[in-house]
Amino acid sequence: MKMLSSLKPLLAGVALLLVVAPAAAQQQAADRPVEEDEPIRVGEGVTTAIPIAIPYMPTPRPADTAAGNTQNLGRQVAEIVATDLRNSGLFTPIGPPGLPAVSFPQVTAPDFGAFSPTGANNLVQGFVQANPDGTLTVGCYLYDVTLRSELTRQGYVVQPPEWRRAAHRCADTIYSRLTGEGGYFDTRIVYVSETGPARRRIKRLAIMDYDGANHRFLTNGQWTVLTPRFAPNQQTITFMTYQDERPRVMVYELDSGRTRPLVQQPHMTFAPRYSPDSRYIIFSMAVNGNTDIYRIPVSGGSPQRLTNSPGVDTGGSYSPDGSRIVFESDRSGSQQLYVMNADGSDQRRISFGGGGYATPVWSPRGDLIAFTRTGSFQIGVMSPGGSGERILTRGGFAEGPTWAPNGRAVMFTRGASSGQLWYVDVASGTTRRVPTPLGGSDPAWSPLRD
Amino acid sequence: MKKSMISLVAAAASLSLVAGCAPRTRELPPEPPSSSTPGDLGNQDSTIGGTAVPGSRADFLQSVPSDRVLFGFDSYSIDAEARAILDAQAQWLNRNPNVRVTIEGHADERGTREYNLALGDRRANAARDYLQSRGIAANRMQTISWGKERPAVEGSNESAWAQNRRAVTVVPE
Repeated sequence: MKMLSSLKPLLAGVALLLVVAPAAAQQQAADRPVEEDEPIRVGEGVTTAIPIAIPYMPTPRPADTAAGNTQNLGRQVAEIVATDLRNSGLFTPIGPPGLPAVSFPQVTAPDFGAFSPTGANNLVQGFVQANPDGTLTVGCYLYDVTLRSELTRQGYVVQPPEWRRAAHRCADTIYSRLTGEGGYFDTRIVYVSETGPARRRIKRLAIMDYDGANHRFLTNGQWTVLTPRFAPNQQTITFMTYQDERPRVMVYELDSGRTRPLVQQPHMTFAPRYSPDSRYIIFSMAVNGNTDIYRIPVSGGSPQRLTNSPGVDTGGSYSPDGSRIVFESDRSGSQQLYVMNADGSDQRRISFGGGGYATPVWSPRGDLIAFTRTGSFQIGVMSPGGSGERILTRGGFAEGPTWAPNGRAVMFTRGASSGQLWYVDVASGTTRRVPTPLGGSDPAWSPLRD
Repeated sequence: MKKSMISLVAAAASLSLVAGCAPRTRELPPEPPSSSTPGDLGNQDSTIGGTAVPGSRADFLQSVPSDRVLFGFDSYSIDAEARAILDAQAQWLNRNPNVRVTIEGHADERGTREYNLALGDRRANAARDYLQSRGIAANRMQTISWGKERPAVEGSNESAWAQNRRAVTVVPE
């Protein structure tokens, strides 16, 4: 099995997580049935969903582990892989229930004939094995049923509490091999958990896997928090807080564990977002009723002003190469999208529709900008030049898109007073709700985990 | 990999510490506090009958037609009705020169979160600027925007929205 060496680091990290987040109950959220919208066909990029057979994964020897018996884990891993692939809208998983049982020796020597009648183009097999040192090995194999050949294989060694990551990485491998795109399943979401009446809403930072599993709260709700965002290098999180009744942007340093204000200013700072190299944060600052966009090194320093219109300039987001910034401004009289160079020069309007546009976010692929259509409160995308606008969501009350690291899916908040998290696959239009223990808003998708 | 995982754990723990919360054994959050969510509920008059102490919040609320002014959709202009209210507030503030106030700006839910923070800031500043034009020193007034985070009235209808588009002059208790 290859990849074992590259997975060594996983062990150490996983062991630590065991201490902080042992609660098996945290996984209940992910086990709830997801709600599903009728798929929306968005025009270009629509693909036919690939039929793929995913039988339960055997174990060479049933063994009890901290995550349960390996026999049971093999069933769950297969189910997670199937759910990940189904939710992308790009696959039609067949099974695991109802498929022929796979024995351990068959994992590397599939009985292709048994799966031909299912109509599947592809077959995913794997196994879960308990190791003497307490770790788990999860094997993941992708086959072409018609050609009767192996397409790829991966093996993951994880501590038991991290077993879901192995399943997500297996799904990422399959997604990537069959679509040619990077995956997005082994990722996390930092978001704002909400509860209580609107007048006294309790808002807490929370973090979870992209599918809602392994949910943890990061703040206790004493102060309202808004708009968290992952640094691309995953070393810091920036967010806005009303701590001490001073609304401002904070940086939460993951290495040191410190939380500190981004800017030493008496004015409100908000709408933070990282540069692609994680060295800078652009943010908005309201000074005497006028809001502009500024840039500052994450490590501190003095802010550099990038816009100076008398209107509200906010919601800045970098292009993936860091050379440009898309932002919203009401300088024309309504909220519209503009693109400027990273130093603030050459500001050009790119949106012209009625009703307005807000919260632009540049895709990690660079090809699209996601936004909130104000008025109707829908999520849409357009090219960085402003052409090709299309709406991805049905119904209203959608706001605040965030891109999956492969640029193929967008998560957003839905709901006015009680928020929920949803995501839509940009190519297939498949929309899913992400389960959260309470209400949720302001999701930010992490990069793929290392 | 190792580094980032470790740091996340440390960060999670430290955020809890920063926020002053003990380690949690259960994942459900605490019930919302039953009173005194600080600073975001405008003025609450606890005086029942009797004469309010001059310069107090109760005195302010008894002396002015309203502690808040309302705005049109996506607007921060001070209309005639708002001017009348702010004129009365300015008179009271001129009579009580030692009182400092906070002006909260709020928006209805029909705007994106970040834009509404800017809009609330505009409204709070519009009210402050008007009071300043009526002789109130700028250093007696601070502003805070709550965007759409703290509606006065719940509901998704014209009446609720109208009451939520507001700037509230908050006198310390």
